[in-house]
Amino acid sequence: MNPSHLFGLIIIAAPLVMLAILGISAVSRKRPLTETAIGRIVQIGIITGFLASLGMLAYMLVTGTRHVPLYLGDWVHVHSGFGSDYHFSIKFLFDRLSIPFVILTFVICGTVGAFANRYMHREPGFGRFFFLYAMFVAGMIITATSGTIETLFTGWELVGLSSALLVAFFHERVMPCRNGLRVWTVYRFADAALLLASVVLHHLHGHGDFDQFLSELPWPAGVTALPPNWILLVGGLLLIAAAGKSALLPFSGWLPRAMEGPTPSSAVFYGALSVHLGAFLLLRMSPLLDQSPLLCVLIVLLGLLTAAFGAFAGRVQTDVKSALSFAALTQVGLIVAEIGVGLRYIALIHIIGHACLRTLQFIRAPSMLYDLRNIENALGQRLAAEHSEAAPTKAPAWVYRLALERGYMDALLDAWIAGPFVRFFSACQALETRWTKWLAGPDAGAPSCPTSNAPLEDLL
Amino acid sequence: MSELHLPWLELAVLIPLLGSAVLSRMRDSQRARNAALLFSGLALVCAAGEFVDFTVMHATQADDHFHLLTFLFGRPFLVIDQLSAPLLPLTAMIFFMVVATTSSTKLRRFSFPLALLEEAITLAMLSCKEPWGVIVLLGLAAVPPYLDLRARGKPTRVFAIHMAAFMLFMVLGWSFVESEGGQHHAHSLIAVIPLLIAVCIRSGIVPFHAWLPDLCENASFGTALLFLTPLTDGYAAVRLLMATSPSWVLKSIGTLSLITAVYTAGMALIQKDARRFFAYLFISHSSLVLVGLEVVTPTALTGALSVWLSSALAMTGFGLAIRAVEARRGRVDLSRYLGLYSYTPALAGLFMVTGLASVGFPGTIGFIGSEMIVDGVVVTYPYIGAVVTIAAALNGIAVVKAYFSIFTGCVHKASVPLEIRGRERFAVLTLASIIFVGGLFPQANVLSRHHASEELLKERNVDLHETIGGGEAAHGAEATH
Repeated sequence: MNPSHLFGLIIIAAPLVMLAILGISAVSRKRPLTETAIGRIVQIGIITGFLASLGMLAYMLVTGTRHVPLYLGDWVHVHSGFGSDYHFSIKFLFDRLSIPFVILTFVICGTVGAFANRYMHREPGFGRFFFLYAMFVAGMIITATSGTIETLFTGWELVGLSSALLVAFFHERVMPCRNGLRVWTVYRFADAALLLASVVLHHLHGHGDFDQFLSELPWPAGVTALPPNWILLVGGLLLIAAAGKSALLPFSGWLPRAMEGPTPSSAVFYGALSVHLGAFLLLRMSPLLDQSPLLCVLIVLLGLLTAAFGAFAGRVQTDVKSALSFAALTQVGLIVAEIGVGLRYIALIHIIGHACLRTLQFIRAPSMLYDLRNIENALGQRLAAEHSEAAPTKAPAWVYRLALERGYMDALLDAWIAGPFVRFFSACQALETRWTKWLAGPDAGAPSCPTSNAPLEDLL
Repeated sequence: MSELHLPWLELAVLIPLLGSAVLSRMRDSQRARNAALLFSGLALVCAAGEFVDFTVMHATQADDHFHLLTFLFGRPFLVIDQLSAPLLPLTAMIFFMVVATTSSTKLRRFSFPLALLEEAITLAMLSCKEPWGVIVLLGLAAVPPYLDLRARGKPTRVFAIHMAAFMLFMVLGWSFVESEGGQHHAHSLIAVIPLLIAVCIRSGIVPFHAWLPDLCENASFGTALLFLTPLTDGYAAVRLLMATSPSWVLKSIGTLSLITAVYTAGMALIQKDARRFFAYLFISHSSLVLVGLEVVTPTALTGALSVWLSSALAMTGFGLAIRAVEARRGRVDLSRYLGLYSYTPALAGLFMVTGLASVGFPGTIGFIGSEMIVDGVVVTYPYIGAVVTIAAALNGIAVVKAYFSIFTGCVHKASVPLEIRGRERFAVLTLASIIFVGGLFPQANVLSRHHASEELLKERNVDLHETIGGGEAAHGAEATH
């Protein structure tokens, strides 16, 4: 077997095996895994994947190969004998884009995994946390290395589900659940846009293999063979998908809400990896962007607006995780703008640097506050607060309110989308109820649905 | 026609029928459940035997070995083909699971004799290709839920009106079809329109869907699950409508199904009662199956037949999870947080897994089928097809919203143990295993559904070359992923 294929297989298999072991152990009620065992499994999985990715990097550097496809065959292949074939290929791609992203994923996930092993010690959901963490790692690796848009979609969905469930990790409280649902809702629409883009690509080009419709030239070179008038549509759909995943405008409202999750997951998701996934998608599809100046202008505008919004709202946040999340948003906006102007390598380096810095800030934040209190206790007085220039003191009150309310982004989405949606379907519900009552006739009596919610133990 | 090695079909139908007669005399509900478990288990074994036997034979269709019913009816009555072969064990498993997971608190409300009667009728219908046989059995299948509604003292009119209308239009339509010279060619509007309306009613296509939430709300939830989740409406559409209708009629019902899928997905999101939520979610999924069935291209049809199996399985698991929660908590109000996760994490897991499988989440059994439906629909309806993805997105949100409402949001304080019991654990593990194994290794299932779809297209006298040339290949998009 070619060494590159062996490395590629290990990179893909390591997180998947980790996910399978943690998933299967979760359903075992008699002998659940101990914290030590879970920590060891995570450690082995991440280190194995990391070493394999270093091996792949070394192989590519030594041999001068810039493009290593790993084709694992057809997951589904149906041949009807009438030229009407259906293939679902499993193909992964290792190149100058995916390898840095894979190494970044293993490094950051390994660091955060080690941190979480202590941070989550004796938490009731320790096993659940690491199961979702493993799902996230698997999703990230699949997305980063995907060689077809369907494989990318698979990883993309895994990242989305693990994100939403980790936001709602402390599920005995209402707010994390509401925020988790909000994140999931945005992600689902982003996913729908990605799925549509995938389907349109099939419709136009016949397949979703990146090597086929972006050519086999190594990234960032590549030429798309799509009809020019359709590039804007596909690109627009991909931009919506990227905006949802990376919290670009107008979807930025979910990012501070996502901070309800445990600090390690906030660090790895919204400071480091998940929040950059939209930018990664745009980088992967960059040959498509090169064909449409209008699309590039849109991307630059969206990136700059998001960066400005992040800087504006971040200046008045009163808790450290929210402030960090808006700081991350500012940088993500700039990265997207860089992609729009064609600075692909700069954007990639920006992602790596930003992800590492923000992870450090996120996982240091809780202990730094703790240290600060300790110092103040030792001194017996408050440390003199330095005058912050973060927000101008002479700005009108409405500017502060606008920033505090995060540009009323959530309120606008609620008022313009969620509100009309609920009102429309509530009206339909009322009509249906009247129709059913009329059909049921006058003898139907009281409402048929018992409204008692008394728990079983109350009834006993 | 090939012959099965044993009379699997007749046994699969007669065993639950006999069981129903035996159980109707039992007064002890605990004993009745155990006996029902035995009879439905035997029926499951026979249905599984039929599937294995048929698969090993590599035949396109087969009938029973002893021809008992053939002797009675004068021609082969119970016949299986590529379409129905996996539907029988699936349906038998649904009945077995529902019986097995009926909790002690539900024993007095859930009628085991009626459940076994329903099983016999449904299995007979799914192994019947005779149009009048299918119509009569579809009508008979509505009797047990009706009796259940009556026994519970609930309003029956909504259900009865819809089922009566369904039968009326079905009989009317098929009478015209026969007067025009049988099936396998396109018929006049006067024959097809009544059939179209009948299928719309039975499938709960908007605006004929009122009976479905009403049934879920008023009947015992187990009975509603048994009536709905085998997706027999799809069987009626394939056997009676697809073979007789011109393409534009099928496209019309496809468009109506698309609208229904999105509308009911939206309705599911705003429901406060878990049963009504389930009903709307179910309609949305069964509409997506119909969309694929009516597109009549190899890819979409294969996708629809795959999703038929996955939806039936996933929605049964999803319904069983809701039913198990109801057994512990009473009727479930989705506008409140119940926080049951800490007591029943396995149930929460089943709820999430089956819910995600129903919306075609990657790695689950519904994923490939959903992809194929979307591909096929976009080829036929380039713009409207995008709506399918919206419906799937809304359904996904509705599932997770319900999950958060039922299992999270507070700490539920219970003074009695609420954890999952042995039989429920068995159901959870079995369903989850099938969902994941089917999702990770989809080739065999998709291939078998593809063969079934080709048989159906041949029965419809569709020239596949023409279909490919005029439709899919013309757009250069027959899903060569």
